[in-house]
Amino acid sequence: MEQAPLEPERQLQPAPLEPLGSPDAGLGAAVGKEAEGAGEENSGVDTMTHNNFWLKKIEISVSEAEKRTGRNAMNMQETYTAYLIETRSVEHTNSQSVLTDSLWRRYSEFELLRSYLLVYYPHIVVPPLPEKRAEFVWHKLSADNMDPDFVERRRIGLENFLLRIASHPILCRDKIFYLFLTQEGNWKDTVNETGFQLKADSRLKALNATFRVKNPDKRFTDLKHYSDELQSVISHLLRVRARVADRLYGVYKVHGNYGRVFSEWSAIEKEMGDGLQSAGHHMDVYASSIDDILEDEEHYADQLKEYLFYAEALRAVCRKHELMQYDLEMAAQDLASKKQQCEELATGTVRTFSLKGMTTKLFGQETPEQREARIKVLEEQINEGEQQLKSKNLEGREFVKNAWADIERFKEQKNRDLKEALISYAVMQISMCKKGIQVWTNAKECFSKM
Amino acid sequence: MGTLGGAGLAAVVAAGRARTLRMESERPASQARSSGLPARGADGESPGGGAPFPDSSGSSALLQAEVLDLDEDEDDLEVFSKDASLMDMNSFSPMMPTSPLSMINQIKFEDEPDLKDLFITVDEPESHVTTIETFITYRIITKTSRGEFDSSEFEVRRRYQDFLWLKGKLEEAHPTLIIPPLPEKFIVKGMVERFNDDFIETRRKALHKFLNRIADHPTLTFNEDFKIFLTAQAWELSSHKKQGPGLLSRMGQTVRAVASSMRGVKNRPEEFMEMNNFIELFSQKINLIDKISQRIYKEERDYFDEMKEYGPIHILWSASEEDLVDTLKDVASCIDRCCKATERRMSGLSEALLPVVHEYVLYSEMLMGVMKRRDQIQAELDSKVEALTYKKADTDLLPEEIGKLEDKVECANNALKADWERWKQNMQNDIKLAFTDMAEENIHYYEQCLATWESFLTSQTNLHLEEASEDKP
Repeated sequence: MEQAPLEPERQLQPAPLEPLGSPDAGLGAAVGKEAEGAGEENSGVDTMTHNNFWLKKIEISVSEAEKRTGRNAMNMQETYTAYLIETRSVEHTNSQSVLTDSLWRRYSEFELLRSYLLVYYPHIVVPPLPEKRAEFVWHKLSADNMDPDFVERRRIGLENFLLRIASHPILCRDKIFYLFLTQEGNWKDTVNETGFQLKADSRLKALNATFRVKNPDKRFTDLKHYSDELQSVISHLLRVRARVADRLYGVYKVHGNYGRVFSEWSAIEKEMGDGLQSAGHHMDVYASSIDDILEDEEHYADQLKEYLFYAEALRAVCRKHELMQYDLEMAAQDLASKKQQCEELATGTVRTFSLKGMTTKLFGQETPEQREARIKVLEEQINEGEQQLKSKNLEGREFVKNAWADIERFKEQKNRDLKEALISYAVMQISMCKKGIQVWTNAKECFSKM
Repeated sequence: MGTLGGAGLAAVVAAGRARTLRMESERPASQARSSGLPARGADGESPGGGAPFPDSSGSSALLQAEVLDLDEDEDDLEVFSKDASLMDMNSFSPMMPTSPLSMINQIKFEDEPDLKDLFITVDEPESHVTTIETFITYRIITKTSRGEFDSSEFEVRRRYQDFLWLKGKLEEAHPTLIIPPLPEKFIVKGMVERFNDDFIETRRKALHKFLNRIADHPTLTFNEDFKIFLTAQAWELSSHKKQGPGLLSRMGQTVRAVASSMRGVKNRPEEFMEMNNFIELFSQKINLIDKISQRIYKEERDYFDEMKEYGPIHILWSASEEDLVDTLKDVASCIDRCCKATERRMSGLSEALLPVVHEYVLYSEMLMGVMKRRDQIQAELDSKVEALTYKKADTDLLPEEIGKLEDKVECANNALKADWERWKQNMQNDIKLAFTDMAEENIHYYEQCLATWESFLTSQTNLHLEEASEDKP
């Protein structure tokens, strides 16, 4: 069986060494110091040694997948797949790895982890999970979640997900992430106890903000457009690729029929018989070679899919910005109106329509004491408001600064990864061509000997 | 009528190989050319079986030269043709089919490059509309140096019906020779319009092959009807067609044929049993191969259609990625180049493989017909023998009739045997060539794609090195 030529490691292969922060980092919003020079890749080609923050290095792998049956929340029997996560710590001195933890998780727990990270790190482009259901399938691939090929590709995707988190300078320090890798039972409870679901912004609020915000940072607006374009073009690409794969499969497989017929024909031919028979064998080889070729291409498709899903992660960061900006704008507006009210009360002029103004007209002016009291209340509120606005402003700016730093990191990662993916695609094509040349050269020799 | 006559056939029997006969008739013919003698093969002396072909290397070299470099051949040709007007070789270049592939196809009909003296092309399909019908005629140009032709060049127009007539006449005259097949009357499926361009072109090529195969056949090439077909004007042909056995006698023949085939053949000789088995199996296999090949063509076309869309998406993508513009555009252009290579592969398949395989599908049907006709001839004999044995009819004339029929059967069997060997040889060569060409097309396709992607990789690596060196202080 011909082997594919050695190629630069694609990022979906388990990387041997990953830096991981010391596991005792506390919980909390990571509006904190960011590690510089980060953005470690999963690619095994780059050496990891220039990131020397941590004394210990940890290897993570999702090594197995297993079918399980159990009872779900409604006490009904269900079948699901569990994945084995193994963590090894690598001694800095002698690079020997020791298994430190191993536990089983299912897809829904990965989803939980990600939801948590989205809430607590809204300024980070959180790595996406591999798809829940098989999409962009071509006819040979099944859309069944239990299909072994799908499960295998998902295993790789989940491993990639964990490696991306582990190599992120901020996310890698998260305790819940650490516990995900180490605490088998009770992890779910631990996550839920953080109360992250409550902290999550409601979708409705976010939608509202998107429509109403007046001055979002232009860079985020552009980023949103970019992520829409990215999603649309990659979807299109994946769809066409699936169709091309389908057709290619057809071309190769039909040639297999030659094998059978040649072999039957060779039985009645004296001189041509041998040539026909051996040529037929090569046709069979040709026809069956497509399976491996398309299997490899599926990995390429998965690399593209990851960035398809990253587009959503980008949009999530943009949404958070819009929300914060909207919040800020609302606070500023509120403050401005309070100030105005205060001014009106102080000077006695009623420039704007207000309920107070109406009641004053109807029921007569209030007493100076009442007015004083109200002014005092307003002034307090204004003070508070100003403080809040200041801190919101600060928060907003911090958010923009940190988010943009991560987005820059993401951009570099994306450029590297996509370029590598495209190159690996070329390598695959080259391998396919070489196989084709070999088979047809052999066949031609057989034909010419007939 | 166009056959070599008893003497010629006897020479076949003696020599045992049709090819020998052909070469024998060639050499006297070449003398005939220079001396202008009309008769061909009249001196049926056979130099004995298995004679080597002393001229073969020389004539083959000459033939190669004819194909490839016509201008320089004038000196060689003068040896054969004192009368320059008989064959103006230089006029070949513009008139003959220009594609080298089809010229080589013409030459490679025989396993040995014999000296051809009859060149036929079929081209220029034209539509004719009358009040009754619409039909297509094809222009047929014949160039020859043979004495029995009144001229050295002929141009006529023929329609499919005329080809059918010719085939019928050949079958009549040589019931147990393997007559080349005609393209089908209609294509069963996928025909929107009776005369779409692809159909006409495919048919034209097949008709061209049909006539050339006849021209290359040692016996059929001298058939009188064939000559008339190539040379007669339209009205001459019509009047000639009306001659010959009338409708009633033809019907009578058919009835006798059906009756005898129903009687069945009791004593088919062993070798013909083998032949029959081969034909049945061959027919099955070649039909399958025809289907498979057509299917491959279809799949390749579908693949090509999808690929056309694939490249442009990368260009679209490059519009939103500043840092990946070059890479994406390069990928797009690689995909487009591979697309073109696919197109070329498809057309190679449709030129080299599909027509050959299809012709042999039709041949296999022909062969079954030939077997039947041979069986009929034998059945006639068998029935007379039976009559004699059981004294059914008037027994006085029977022995003489039986004698004649025995000769007839022997001739028929020998003709078929000889032609069978020739046909098998041709078949092997044609199939071998067709599949070798197909393999070559595929190799070329993959080589082109390989080069495309490898140059992409090199350019990416070079870029990478450039960038790396830029980073260094």
